[in-house]
Amino acid sequence: MSLKLPIYLDNNATTPMDPRVLEAMLPYFTDRFGNAASRNHPFGWAAEEAVDYAREQVAKLIGCDPKEIIFTSGATEADNLALKGVYEMYASKGNHIITLTTEHKAVLDTCKHIEKLGGQVTYLEVKEDGLVDLQALEAAITSQTILIAIMYGNNEIGVLQPVKEISNLARKHNVLFFTDGTQAVGKVPVDVQRDGIDLMAFSAHKMYGPKGVGALYVRRKNPRVKVTAQMDGGGHERGMRSGTLNVPGIVGFGRACEICMNEMEAEAARLSKLRDKLEQSLLALEEAYVNGNREHRLPHVANISFKYVEGEGLMMGFNKDIAVSSGSACTSASLEPSYVLKALGLGDDLAHSSLRFGLGRFTTEEQIDYTIKAVSDTVLKLRDMSPLWEMWKDGVDLTKIEWAHH
Amino acid sequence: MQRIYFDNAATTSLDPEVLQAMMPYLTEKFGNPSSIYSYGRETKIAIESARKSVAKILGCRPAEIFFTSGGTESSNTAILAAVRDLGCTHIITSPIEHHATLHATENLAKSGLAQLSYVKLKDKGHVDLESLESLLTANKGKTLVTLMHANNELGNLLPVKKVGELCEKYGAIFHCDMVQTIGHYPVNLHSFPVHFASAAGHKFHGPKGVGVLFINESVHIHPLLSGGSQERNMRAGTENLYGIVGFAKALELASAQYEEDQKEVGALKAYMCQSICESFPQAICNGDVKGSSLYTVLNVAFPKTEKTDMLLMNLDMAGICVSGGSACSSGASSVSHVIKTLYNGRSENLTPIRFSFSRQNTKEEVDRVVEKLKELL
Repeated sequence: MSLKLPIYLDNNATTPMDPRVLEAMLPYFTDRFGNAASRNHPFGWAAEEAVDYAREQVAKLIGCDPKEIIFTSGATEADNLALKGVYEMYASKGNHIITLTTEHKAVLDTCKHIEKLGGQVTYLEVKEDGLVDLQALEAAITSQTILIAIMYGNNEIGVLQPVKEISNLARKHNVLFFTDGTQAVGKVPVDVQRDGIDLMAFSAHKMYGPKGVGALYVRRKNPRVKVTAQMDGGGHERGMRSGTLNVPGIVGFGRACEICMNEMEAEAARLSKLRDKLEQSLLALEEAYVNGNREHRLPHVANISFKYVEGEGLMMGFNKDIAVSSGSACTSASLEPSYVLKALGLGDDLAHSSLRFGLGRFTTEEQIDYTIKAVSDTVLKLRDMSPLWEMWKDGVDLTKIEWAHH
Repeated sequence: MQRIYFDNAATTSLDPEVLQAMMPYLTEKFGNPSSIYSYGRETKIAIESARKSVAKILGCRPAEIFFTSGGTESSNTAILAAVRDLGCTHIITSPIEHHATLHATENLAKSGLAQLSYVKLKDKGHVDLESLESLLTANKGKTLVTLMHANNELGNLLPVKKVGELCEKYGAIFHCDMVQTIGHYPVNLHSFPVHFASAAGHKFHGPKGVGVLFINESVHIHPLLSGGSQERNMRAGTENLYGIVGFAKALELASAQYEEDQKEVGALKAYMCQSICESFPQAICNGDVKGSSLYTVLNVAFPKTEKTDMLLMNLDMAGICVSGGSACSSGASSVSHVIKTLYNGRSENLTPIRFSFSRQNTKEEVDRVVEKLKELL
């Protein structure tokens, strides 16, 4: 039995491409290389046809009409297009957007940008379990509110927001609902009709497809939603997103969606079983806590804090063999503790000594067993060296100690 | 039927060597470059090596190269930033630019953020530098000049050095859309004054979905996309890793054979131009075909007859892939904005066809196309 190291458990950051996806893409790199906008010859038609087919595959996964899919370079661009596009298009209706403090940077930074342009943004705190407070959400809606921007599944703690309830509120107050579905689409059933979503951003590389391609769903009926284009040019994607289409990328995205659609149910069951095994084994260590709501959660994600463990040491203990992160990839280069964990009320220390496990299609039970052992060993070793741990073990109430400042 | 692809200005086929360089990043080296463990570090290194290689070939610093999703994004970023961040209140462009430039500038003008002036063109479609200078002296506030290095339909080349120097003389910001020239000519971005330059991988046998924006280190702008801190806070979004690797590889391959390509592909173009002129005395080669012209593009206007109405379709049926204008507007069957402008709107009696070549084309293919044209017309 030989286990190949390092083990990849950071599937929320990006996923390896499924070989079936690459296989679908390859012809469009080589023989079928046409520009999908070339209307006068078969190279163009083959490319256009492939894009149309992929658009159907993508649409099917989220239960929409293919015409409602705008291909982009990724979820970040789609987030930008949704937020800025709605802000500009609906300027005559109002200028207020409601979002959460635990959104992805692409949403938060775009909201900050909109504030600079004169927009009003409410950043709602989440509850301790990471879920939106629906009462606070409704109370935040004003006559100026044009958009609620709340993600489907959180990238760090995996909690699934009550999208149906959010969209009901949005409808009731005649406000549009945009969700960043990057982590949820392809992992759990997402249906824009059932969920009442008006706009949704998602990306291929989080679901075993290629990097550099994503999509924005824009509802065409009940209500008809419009966004102002953020990139002008040849009028591709019905004028909402110009630029030569990334044909192989889009083909790969389509195939990735199709595979997710076919395998999601079985895969979610398999992964949640592995995730639960990992989680329960690690919780068996004392003073370990799961961050975020455990019930309403993506099946492949676990975010766990280990008390009385020094954060950096925790990662150093096994990061040669296991690829995990302590937060989102986009912010992992910084040493700041996760703003998402802090929003749940965790202190800097605990936020630092937290790990995000993101299981994926290629995760095996053997890898999980290895991980359980490696993480447990590291935690125990670090605690052995920790005076705090010793004091806690001796029954000292650490909250009552007055620390000398120096 | 062996197809002939003469539409390389629309897009080019991916070089197999480029695909080979991309393959590891489509398979086992998949990490998110922002991740700090080994999977992420190896892909981060790949991106930074690509950046260094591109910068070296383009004669600039790695810190001046930003990877984007393509030429359209690059041009939009530059044009918006010049107005929003650099204080330009006046834009000078030409009526025959790519739609990415035309529409981005029109929208800024419509929203009242900048005044828009169009430079005059000379007979063959070259930018009239005197007109450019008089617009620059009109002193309508800080100015952005956005002009393309090579016109994608006509092939006319802009004297970038002269334009850059004029811009410098009048303190204007210069954005150059080099989508049709980077990867085709040796370009040294520090050899003339230029603030922004756009490039796209798929125009020189690299992958689609990836481009470059050169931002001269003397200017500081805000990003077009907000979000993560990728590309040193200038372009948020998980990097199109394999695309970036492919872009660099394609540029490396191109730069190793600029001279050869220019000679061989240029000879194909000259040969075709000559054959067409001999066979069709009434046909006009548009633009400055024998002068300062991109060696990959040949634009021919045939006098309109009932036979030319179906010309594109009939060529296609013969397996010959060409276009009437640029790909981005080729859905529209009417004559392109470039040709209309060139003929001052009097282009209704013409059927323009763009033939665009690459190193994969041959003289035999040219012969076959000219024979077919003779048959059809």
